[in-house]
Amino acid sequence: MLLVEYGEGVNLEVNRKVHATAARLRKRPPAGVEDALPSYCSVAVIYNPLLTTLSELESAILRLEEISSAPGWIPSPRTVEVPVCYSGRYGPDIGFVAETSGLTIQEIIALHATPSYHIYAIGFAPGFCYLGGLDSRLFAPRLESPRAMVPAGSVGIAESQTGVYPLNSPGGWRIIGRTPLRLFAPERPEPFLYDAGDSIRFTSISAEDFEEIYRREKA
Amino acid sequence: MSDLFRVIDPGPCTTVQDRGRFAHLRMGVPASGAMDPYAFRAANLLAGNDPGAAALEITFMGPTLETLCDADIALTGADMDRTLDGAVFPMWRSVRVHAGSIIRIGQAATGCRAYLSATGGIDAPIVMGSRSTYVSGGIGGMAGRALRRGDVLSRGDGKLLRRPRRLPWIPLFSDDILLRAVPGPQDDYFRENAGMFFSSAYTVATQADRMGCRLSGPVIARDSGAPQSIISEASMPGNIQIPPNGQPIILMMEQTIGGYTKIATVITPDLFKVAQARPGATVRFVSLSIDEAHHLFKEWSKFIEDMGTAIASASR
Repeated sequence: MLLVEYGEGVNLEVNRKVHATAARLRKRPPAGVEDALPSYCSVAVIYNPLLTTLSELESAILRLEEISSAPGWIPSPRTVEVPVCYSGRYGPDIGFVAETSGLTIQEIIALHATPSYHIYAIGFAPGFCYLGGLDSRLFAPRLESPRAMVPAGSVGIAESQTGVYPLNSPGGWRIIGRTPLRLFAPERPEPFLYDAGDSIRFTSISAEDFEEIYRREKA
Repeated sequence: MSDLFRVIDPGPCTTVQDRGRFAHLRMGVPASGAMDPYAFRAANLLAGNDPGAAALEITFMGPTLETLCDADIALTGADMDRTLDGAVFPMWRSVRVHAGSIIRIGQAATGCRAYLSATGGIDAPIVMGSRSTYVSGGIGGMAGRALRRGDVLSRGDGKLLRRPRRLPWIPLFSDDILLRAVPGPQDDYFRENAGMFFSSAYTVATQADRMGCRLSGPVIARDSGAPQSIISEASMPGNIQIPPNGQPIILMMEQTIGGYTKIATVITPDLFKVAQARPGATVRFVSLSIDEAHHLFKEWSKFIEDMGTAIASASR
């Protein structure tokens, strides 16, 4: 594995370079490259030493950056809408966030559903997005002891992060809503709705809409 | 395709595995796949299969299975107690079984993981390119989980062997393990203690699973001024994480990205030793350069590639 680093910290510009390189490597993999795994600041290039050498690989990656910086060569990032039913039984912790922030529930929903959140990286669980851009008024501490089971689709806040649980799993985030979408559907030809480098925008939906979309997704 | 095994007793953690699920790492789906690729490949070749066919990975203690059809099976990897209809049968060889037989696999005497293959390979749905079970993601293998009592496994199509097969050698698994490792990616966080890391003996802790193998021993502190953790980046099998408590964890098959620092990375040819490491075993690390690691990888690939020829010449 060769780690190609583009900078440090949580930085949008650095992260865009990371995902552009990963997309180029996927579109036109140099000899011996098996996969390219992007995260915040780096791309891990997984290669087969039987088919390439480190120096060949390094120059191939540099060449790829030069010839492929033309716009349109790799797909532009998308913004994916994720409908969320906030509060009620789907967002058991929204009252807690209201208390700690001093905001009303309506204000919380408005603040959370306004920005488009950049997907810096996907990992930890299938389809789990590390998102950037949460409004600082919504920052909330994790639960003191994690829940044994958080239902798939739950939307949570932990400190300065927000995100969605793609699978039923244990978890300590403050849950403010839930999406009826199946974010990880392994049997679909495209198991995921988004890719790292895309953005997510949450839209607020009613409990009735939730039920209807949920039924459709399950079918 | 025919029914192959009925599970009478599943054992503590028996899963269907193949070579692994690639090309979805960036979506948070780990590779999974057999922990010991050497024993896995041997099991398939001995049973007359494609080297990447799905097999059962058995952890520390085995299942009891009723066979439902005629098949050639092969058991490789950790040296486990085993009987076929009450009589001990050999490992690292093909064994003909018939419908109605009972395969009972007991505890491992040496090593930790065994592989049981059968003619045609274990048939399970291909999920995102692989039959491998990824339990925390709920995908692959038998409904995304370890085997349970009453499960019925089927096998793919395949011909029975015309003559039995055997491997002319048997790998031995030691409780004194030497792992060769290339420093990095964050070796520059541990300049002061790298010497201690590469000269100390560590003990395999009881928490060792398909995600990683925890070690206990001398605490490896990061250099003064080096950050506690990093922004999440790729985690790969073989990476040796040093979490804030200074106790190393060797990462294995169920990894995508993570935020702990990695002092060094175990070379691919030595990963099977980690797969076979038992709690209480001693682990030492020796440092080598990336060029040496590439050289060893080439030798190892050749050795793996030649396994089929070795089996063919020993089975004449």
